[in-house]
Amino acid sequence: MLELIDVHTYYGNIQALKGISIHVEPGEVVTLIGSNGAGKTTTLRTIQGLLRPRQGKILFEGQDLSSSSSPEIVRLGIAQSPEGRMIFPRMTVLENLEMGAFHRQDKAGIQADMERVFTLFPRLQERIKQKGGTLSGGEQQMLAIARALMARPRLLLLDEPSMGLAPMLVNQIFSIIHEISDQGTTILLVEQNARMALTVANRGYVLQTGEIVLTGSAKELQVNETVRKAYLGEE
Amino acid sequence: MKPWQKIVLYLAIVYFVLLLGPIAGLDLPRILKEIAQSPSLLITQLLVGLINGAIIAIIALGYTLVYGIIELINFAHGDLYMLGGFAALTVVGAFGMQDGAPFISAIIPMLVALLVAAGMCAGLNVLTERYAYRPLRNAPRLAPLISAIGMSFIFQNLGLFWGGLRSFIPIMGNTAAAPKSFPDLLPRIDIFRSLGIDTKVDFTTKDLIVLVVAVVLMVSLNWFVQNTSAGKAMRAVAQNRDAAKIVGLDVDRVIVLTFLIGGALAGAAGLLVGLYNNTIVFTMGFTAGLRAFTAAVLGGIGNITGAMLGGVLIGLLSALSDQYLSSRWTDAWVFGVLVLILVFRPSGLLGENLQEKV
Ligand SMILES: Nc1ncnc2c1ncn2[C@@H]1O[C@H](COP(=O)(O)OP(=O)(O)OP(=O)(O)O)[C@@H](O)[C@H]1O
Ligand SMILES: [Mg+2]
Repeated sequence: MLELIDVHTYYGNIQALKGISIHVEPGEVVTLIGSNGAGKTTTLRTIQGLLRPRQGKILFEGQDLSSSSSPEIVRLGIAQSPEGRMIFPRMTVLENLEMGAFHRQDKAGIQADMERVFTLFPRLQERIKQKGGTLSGGEQQMLAIARALMARPRLLLLDEPSMGLAPMLVNQIFSIIHEISDQGTTILLVEQNARMALTVANRGYVLQTGEIVLTGSAKELQVNETVRKAYLGEE
Repeated sequence: MKPWQKIVLYLAIVYFVLLLGPIAGLDLPRILKEIAQSPSLLITQLLVGLINGAIIAIIALGYTLVYGIIELINFAHGDLYMLGGFAALTVVGAFGMQDGAPFISAIIPMLVALLVAAGMCAGLNVLTERYAYRPLRNAPRLAPLISAIGMSFIFQNLGLFWGGLRSFIPIMGNTAAAPKSFPDLLPRIDIFRSLGIDTKVDFTTKDLIVLVVAVVLMVSLNWFVQNTSAGKAMRAVAQNRDAAKIVGLDVDRVIVLTFLIGGALAGAAGLLVGLYNNTIVFTMGFTAGLRAFTAAVLGGIGNITGAMLGGVLIGLLSALSDQYLSSRWTDAWVFGVLVLILVFRPSGLLGENLQEKV
């Protein structure tokens, strides 16, 4: 479904991605783990056309995305819940969700998706008229995921959905990710919380200073010596 | 600010007002006596202030919309409004309109003038964005600002040139730089007196028309930004440009739309001011622009309601100062109040700081 082939991305002269290749198959949950500054966010931003790769190819269902703009990429079916949530602070919860479906014309479909996200996140329905900027951190995270779902994406990019959340809320967010995947959306999940990420994912990649250093099924990674030491904090 | 610092500041302000106030026309006994003698004059002045304020507010909207979206103070905006006035004058001149032309015959020329002025300013503003600001979007903040100041000079020179085209546009008169008289096309029927209300308040159909048009423009803009999907896209880009890109908005198109709307409003304001004050001059964009910018900052730059409120406040303040303080000191009073408000509310009257939580 999604394939990155030898992608190099730069910020000015600083090279953030040094030729990474990953692929995501339909229906999968694939996780990208790595420590701070490894290049996880950069990878997602490159996929969404917010950064241009200097070298390499990004294929989505066979189509090359390297020269597509982000509006085009969203229309093709890729949506993102970005790192730091980035909700619209002075828009209501409802308006934030509408922005997620901005490029869509099918009123009935939008309405159906609205109901779907409210079933996933009942908290948002209670706060439908509240301004995004006044939500709690956890609610903003839910809103960011819900807004991405409003695009009815076939591939959902999630950047650190558990960041800064209390353990109970982390569990809740991960069970919702599971549910979204069960409903048929393919997910590329970026996480520092490798333990949780590997419980929902089918497969994973370990990213280190812009390079993929390890890949395997979630089960393999869970028992891998390096992963356990570096990312699961085990001895 | 610490409490004691605030107290010192208050005292300093009171001291300065007492010291400098009388020189600048602050003579409370005289002012109170004048108001008591003729309350209707106060009301007339308030109405004048309201109308001028509404026109300032329309220009202020252009500053605030653009600032809200790309954080640029578009210094050329006032001069764009001046060019709107010139376009409107050219159109009514081409229709052969003169002072005292029957209102019925002036309706079509005025509507055409509105369309031409608004359309031309919208187009110019979009071109300016495309060629003077967009290439500098990722440059240091000062670069587009300097570019905007440059555009302001270009527009002023364009106005001066336009004013000198008397062989093609006779209504421009003989001297390029001289103020042009704008035909008095709106009927001046005294509203209160024709309703049989005996009052000395001057409020004519001319005032009413200008006020209504200005209010309609503001209300429509507000409605557009709050309710249409294009308006929501504008708000989204203004609130978080990265997020807007992530949800798939075409940010460049939204920016173009913002310049288009701001320009159209400036053009409409150019026509209104011509019709209301019956004189336009190529330098008027500078002073009006400064006041409108002040209004935008006063209300909280980036905030649409704030720009309207700020515009009306400045209009009222100027009118009252002209009448009761000293017209020579009006700008000093207006900007003094601006400084005061900003000392206590640095983000303006309605400026808000809703941050995302991390
Ligand atoms: N705008 C930028 N300009 C320059 N360098 C950047 C920029 N954004 C990121 N980088 C650099 O690129 C590298 C990868 O950053 P990235 O944000 O992708 O890391 P990450 O894996 O998402 O980290 P984290 O887990 O902390 O979010 C880092 O070294 C970072 O300093
Ligand atoms: Mg990151």
